[in-house]
Amino acid sequence: MNERKGSALSRTMILVFLVVWALIVLFPFYWMVLTSFKDTVRYMDERVPVFFTTQPTLANYGKAFTEVPLGRFLLNTLIFTVATTALMMVVIVPAAFAFARLEFKGKNLLFALFLSLMMIPTELVIITNYATIVHWNMRNTFLGLILPSVTSVFYIYLLKENFEAIPDELYNAARVDGTSDLKYMMKVMVPISQPTIVTIIILKVIECWNSYIWPRQITDKQSFFLVSQGIQTIRESGYGREDIPAMMAAVVVVSVPLIVLFLVFRDKIMAGVSRGGTKG
Amino acid sequence: MKKKNNLKAWLYLLPAILFLGVFMLYPLVDVCIYSLEENFHFVSQKYSGVGLENFRHVLTDPYFAAALRNTLVLVVITVPVSTGLSLLIALGLSSLQKVKKLFQTIYFLPYVTNTLAVGLVFWLLFRNTEYTDGLISSLITMLGGEPINFIEGTYWQKMLVTCLYTIWIVMPFKILILTSALASVNQDYYKAARVDGASSARIFRKITLPMISPTVFYLIITGFIGAFKAYSDEVALFGTNLNVAGMNTIVGYVYDMLYSDSGGYPGYAAAAALLLFGIVFTITYVNLRFSRNKVQYM
Amino acid sequence: MKVVLENLTKRFPSRSKKGPDVTAVDHFNFEIPDGQLIGLLGPSGCGKSTTLNLISGLETPTEGRILFGEEDVTNLPPEERGVGLVFQNYALYPHLTVEENIIFPLQNLKGDKKMTKEAMHQKAVETAKLVQIDQLMERKPKELSGGQQQRVAIARALVKIPRVLLLDEPLSNLDARLRLQTREELRRIQRETGVTTIFVTHDQEEAMSISDLIIVMKDGLVHQIGKPQDVYDEPVNLFVAQFLGTPQINVFGGEIRGGKVYIGNEAVMDAEGKTDRKVWVGIRPEGFIPDPEGPFTCDMDRVEVMGRDVSVVSTHPEMTGRCVRSIVSSENRFEPGQETVKFRLKPNKVFLFDRESEERV
Repeated sequence: MNERKGSALSRTMILVFLVVWALIVLFPFYWMVLTSFKDTVRYMDERVPVFFTTQPTLANYGKAFTEVPLGRFLLNTLIFTVATTALMMVVIVPAAFAFARLEFKGKNLLFALFLSLMMIPTELVIITNYATIVHWNMRNTFLGLILPSVTSVFYIYLLKENFEAIPDELYNAARVDGTSDLKYMMKVMVPISQPTIVTIIILKVIECWNSYIWPRQITDKQSFFLVSQGIQTIRESGYGREDIPAMMAAVVVVSVPLIVLFLVFRDKIMAGVSRGGTKG
Repeated sequence: MKKKNNLKAWLYLLPAILFLGVFMLYPLVDVCIYSLEENFHFVSQKYSGVGLENFRHVLTDPYFAAALRNTLVLVVITVPVSTGLSLLIALGLSSLQKVKKLFQTIYFLPYVTNTLAVGLVFWLLFRNTEYTDGLISSLITMLGGEPINFIEGTYWQKMLVTCLYTIWIVMPFKILILTSALASVNQDYYKAARVDGASSARIFRKITLPMISPTVFYLIITGFIGAFKAYSDEVALFGTNLNVAGMNTIVGYVYDMLYSDSGGYPGYAAAAALLLFGIVFTITYVNLRFSRNKVQYM
Repeated sequence: MKVVLENLTKRFPSRSKKGPDVTAVDHFNFEIPDGQLIGLLGPSGCGKSTTLNLISGLETPTEGRILFGEEDVTNLPPEERGVGLVFQNYALYPHLTVEENIIFPLQNLKGDKKMTKEAMHQKAVETAKLVQIDQLMERKPKELSGGQQQRVAIARALVKIPRVLLLDEPLSNLDARLRLQTREELRRIQRETGVTTIFVTHDQEEAMSISDLIIVMKDGLVHQIGKPQDVYDEPVNLFVAQFLGTPQINVFGGEIRGGKVYIGNEAVMDAEGKTDRKVWVGIRPEGFIPDPEGPFTCDMDRVEVMGRDVSVVSTHPEMTGRCVRSIVSSENRFEPGQETVKFRLKPNKVFLFDRESEERV
């Protein structure tokens, strides 16, 4: 009896602890949404912030989009994300296929080289990449934004592991039936590895959507800004300095797409991240 | 048949090799060259000599010293706190199976958010202006304290906000990894231990912790690497001019050197980046050596 | 289509860098007649799968030639040979339906062989009917039982009407009951299509029960080729004798001395005209006839009743295995507590092999 009582008590304490942390996680989201619906004039009058608003307004969202080309930033980010992710798949799928399926001289050496590149942090190569892109006259272009973000050794590795798990018999069966390597890759390996490929795409989309450091180096015209940089601009030189609710509206707009993506692909994203994603 | 494959394989690998060569391998060599060319300038493309001058400059630069100090403080505070807290939360989650999924979803949210965007919310919560107090200041006042403007306050006040935000951002990944590590521990061990009459604390120390110790060490190592690269979180809280705020980090220092109105000092940037890589590499190596003796692999 | 193997040899480089090459198939010569079902039989690692891969074109021979009919296909890639291949674990594409799996090979046809969608569907249905899976066309492989997957794999191999059908351990992933049923099915399909079929197995019973011809291999060498009954009745060496038949043949150390076969001190059989030497004496389990006057004495261990037959388990000091197994008619009666048992031997069930070369005497 005693034992059960103690266990019920400790369970309650654990639950309280978990709820507190959940509130800490959720509160900034609540605050951001709340502030974005507050009337600007009223907001300015709040000496002490209030936890709810009785007269929500959408005016801030209108302002967020008109005073700074937020729509442009969103579109830029979308183009950047889609193009980078698509190009990356074109690069990494054949590379993973070659490592997993084809025999060639120097394979092990090359793969070891690829693996060792995984250790190299972006910070180390960004200096030269910056110089390269400037040299190619690609500042303030989409190509300049996209090209250095295309390859990921880690995803090649992840995909190669997946391809290797597909039994040799399938490959032999396809060969006997006269299937070319290219067709086998596209029609058999890619569909079978679909879960991994979806995971890679989602992780890359998250990474692209939030990317800040490289775009900041390579663009200084607003017409090429991505959302991160856009937000930073709004805050430092746009309406963010005086109109907090409008800025929070922009923050909501920027945050919503990924949150929706997460809620839809929750399991895939969490499985993908636990298999080897890290933030950034 | 083998020969045909050779050509074909290289063809399949060509795009990856091209991209990696141009944007990874070549820059890697180049950054070392940059770091040794003295007084190199992007605009004039000239340098005055070869030597360690860049490293000397960086190491004696007070801004680098400040950035290094800030980064170290961040690492030392956020890595243990976030790992420990994540472990507590993961343990809590694993004992409450019914609500696990809901909480896991909530806890993961910061992972998918834009660091700069949500950083602004923290900024908003912690700052005061002439007209209003931030929420946190208001809470402090309610509890009878003096309002604090964390964003423009003392060094440690700013550092506190930075650490809190960093921890908030890095927790989702750690909670997720630790929760799945705990879930993969065979339940039979727990049953056996219960039957043997072991207390909860003892089960945790003698069974759970050793079983998940590889994961914990993995998180500590990746946590170190990640924390050393801190930059975006600081920009979100204090704006792009981190030197003025006194909150710059090593990565921030690299970018400041690389890209400024005067055309940049790639030599200093390269030297600083290599120093950062050296520090991270050494710490990772030491960690791995240490963990090899301590961690119980299954 | 007859299949001719001439001097077929396959050597693999050794796993360790400096080691000698490993010969998987050693100078294989044989002509497989058109329309026959051939069982390629041997213990694992004997080179039978390599032989199959050489015929399919998945591997190229180190030496020798392969002919389909009069055409030399030695250097043709697999897709140009027109072979159908069924794998041990079926190798069905898991993301495609049964119909898509069967159609897959047809989609690869090029030039004037190219087929319309309608024709492909027609063909797939036709083939599926042949192997009786036409009601399962929309299913995915993982929704099928092992036996059904097996049929899909066969349909996929047959759909483009191969010149030769190759099956690698087709039955070994099935449970015992299905295995019996499927091997009958295999025989029927082969008869109906008339495609020259070669299948690899390590199960001698399976090979003997449905093959027109069996080929017994070991260590890359062909030991014997013939009709199943002939190989069983006249094994050319000790290995073949031991490999075929359940329960296994009993092998005793023995000797030919003065026209008689001796096991221990007992002259168990006549061996007229044979030179004196040390031999292995192989006796099939059904070669024993219990006879109180018989010349061959074993120590009785136990009697296992199997209904129609009785299995007498006994021991003998010259026996190479642990015990002597003999199958006798259940009309024989044995006393409880009986210490020895005496046998007469059926001469056509006793084989003598040279002690050194292990070849039949």
